[in-house]
Amino acid sequence: MRARRAAAVAGLGDVAHPDAGEEVWRYSRIDELDLESYLPSSQRPTGASLGASLGDSPGDSLGAGAAATVVLCDGWIQSVQVSEAATEAGVLVGTVADLEGGPEILGAVLEAPVDLFGHLNRAFCPEPLAVLVPDGIRLDGPVVIVSHVATEGVAAFPRLLVRCGIDAEATVVEVQTSDDVGAMVTPVLEAIVGRAGRLRHAVLQELGQRVWQMAHQEVHVGQEASVELFHAGLGGDYARTRTDCRLLGRGAGCHITAAYFGDGSQALDYRTFLDHAAPDTVSELLFKGAVDDASRSVYSGLIRVRPEAVRTRANQTNRNIKLSPDAWAESVPNLEIETDDVMCSHASTVSPVDADQRFYLESRGVPTDVAERLLLEGFFAEVVEAAPVPAVGNRLHSGLRAKLDQHEAVGSDAA
Amino acid sequence: MQDERVLKIEGLRASVAGSEILKGINLEIRPGEVHAVMGPNGSGKSTLSHVLMGHPGYEVTGGSVTLDGVDLFGLAPWERAQAGLFLCLQHPTEVPGVSLEALLTEAARAGGRDPDAVRQALVTEAGRLGIDERLLDRSLNVDLSGGEKKRNEALQLGVLGARYAVLDEIDSGLDVDALATVSRRIQEATEEDGLGVLAITHFARLLEVLEPDRIHVLSRGSIQVTGGPELAEQLEAEGYVGVLGDAATEEPETLVGLPHAAGFGEDPFA
Repeated sequence: MRARRAAAVAGLGDVAHPDAGEEVWRYSRIDELDLESYLPSSQRPTGASLGASLGDSPGDSLGAGAAATVVLCDGWIQSVQVSEAATEAGVLVGTVADLEGGPEILGAVLEAPVDLFGHLNRAFCPEPLAVLVPDGIRLDGPVVIVSHVATEGVAAFPRLLVRCGIDAEATVVEVQTSDDVGAMVTPVLEAIVGRAGRLRHAVLQELGQRVWQMAHQEVHVGQEASVELFHAGLGGDYARTRTDCRLLGRGAGCHITAAYFGDGSQALDYRTFLDHAAPDTVSELLFKGAVDDASRSVYSGLIRVRPEAVRTRANQTNRNIKLSPDAWAESVPNLEIETDDVMCSHASTVSPVDADQRFYLESRGVPTDVAERLLLEGFFAEVVEAAPVPAVGNRLHSGLRAKLDQHEAVGSDAA
Repeated sequence: MQDERVLKIEGLRASVAGSEILKGINLEIRPGEVHAVMGPNGSGKSTLSHVLMGHPGYEVTGGSVTLDGVDLFGLAPWERAQAGLFLCLQHPTEVPGVSLEALLTEAARAGGRDPDAVRQALVTEAGRLGIDERLLDRSLNVDLSGGEKKRNEALQLGVLGARYAVLDEIDSGLDVDALATVSRRIQEATEEDGLGVLAITHFARLLEVLEPDRIHVLSRGSIQVTGGPELAEQLEAEGYVGVLGDAATEEPETLVGLPHAAGFGEDPFA
């Protein structure tokens, strides 16, 4: 692993800084990033209080009933707790270096970094975390990973590897939080789902307002296997997630459901690359967002259907609500289809709150600002309901409520 | 004067996209009364209902409307509803992700009524209208049939306890059973709660189940004829042309540019 890291460091000089002129960085704020202002975390942080990040109100209690709970700080593993049942079932959760065969599996999914931030993660990730679910094992509770950023000026490089075995079933929830610090975090997820395996993975992104996030997810799905990815994007200054999902086996499926809500000067940026590389594969993508104040969002999705991927079904939907004249949402769905026998669709909208719906609610005696809140909660309801565990949906709902309260408060100040 | 209970429309004029649709409407609806406004297509019937509730697509250019002495044009749409006005829409809007209970709970809260009492009121009202309780938790009007949507409107009318209801073509898209149920519920509200009703309709069919005290025939933006229930029979027998003569035909400019007409589809009875 040391050699791998050294090679990555040595190779950094050859990696180009991303440029907003490239398609994959179009509409991003990459040109504003000053990498020099962040330093990689070189030592394990101490004394960080992390209990709050797990949530302690009953509905939000993500930790209750968990198969495992892991806390990371600035990319370092602070604690790992695995339930007795999960341990008995042979589930392994821990730093890759400690796991049998660990180092070999790193990079098995993601052979080469996709960009500079992938290279940096490879070079500077202090302790990659692995979650390995053996063949045939069905995990009842989720594996909950709290990844916290606590240090001013830090560049944090958390890395998670998930292997869901043949006919295994698992749920992994990542809660990404930070103190009020100026920092950069580049989380990398590598996940592989074996034949007929079922993996659900959720990210609750609740970073502070001065944090830059450059996330990458690479997911490989085997024959008759499925992955459900879930994103709740609430925090960060500029928060970007690139997801590459490859459907490699016949009948593989991928669902991605996302809700994001930007306000202030936030930019929330999602890029998806869905690669249908086998017959009878299915993908279903639903991204729903709201942008308030002077915030921005980007959804850019490419569905690629290879010649061998006959009978592919792929749907991609992105809906955005603009809550302020200064807010801006970019929506770029793309299809690249190399075979005839497919059913693909994409839809994208950017619009203000629907005036007829608002009038209908108002005509029943609901004040305008409350009507807008009801409509926005209703807009996000299908995403909240799609959360892999109810506590994640509840936590997203609370996060959205907080943003909507803020929206209402600003709205009534202006009125 | 302030205490007089009446929905009073005086000299009401309104325009859509610059062209005048209502050219001086006068109506007085008192508690417990049922008034029907009938008229040919394009006569301004829907404009009247939308103007009363304050739909943003319509411009009031003259006249006044008071509800029990309160000037409605000084109120936002939600405040008109809180003052006791209910608009039963011809095509109730689908609102994904918002349930009836959430809507009525917020309406109760805004009106200073007990939000916790809404659920029980809903269940009781649903029973009166023969609505499956499971519908109460579904998204508003989404995937409902025409009949279910109108029952749903009557349900809200009952729970909100409005004083005056404007029914905009509630008979369109309604099967006979649903029409009978909805009309009976409204009739009961006039008797039990003194609900005043302004029923806007193209067809006399509604008036067989909802017995009007007065019938007004609207054409070319104003009330041309007013009479008792016998007027409905005359309209049925002679048609608008028989009753109104030349005034039954519309001036062309009133037939275009109605914002509410877009996307509403065909009138099933046209």
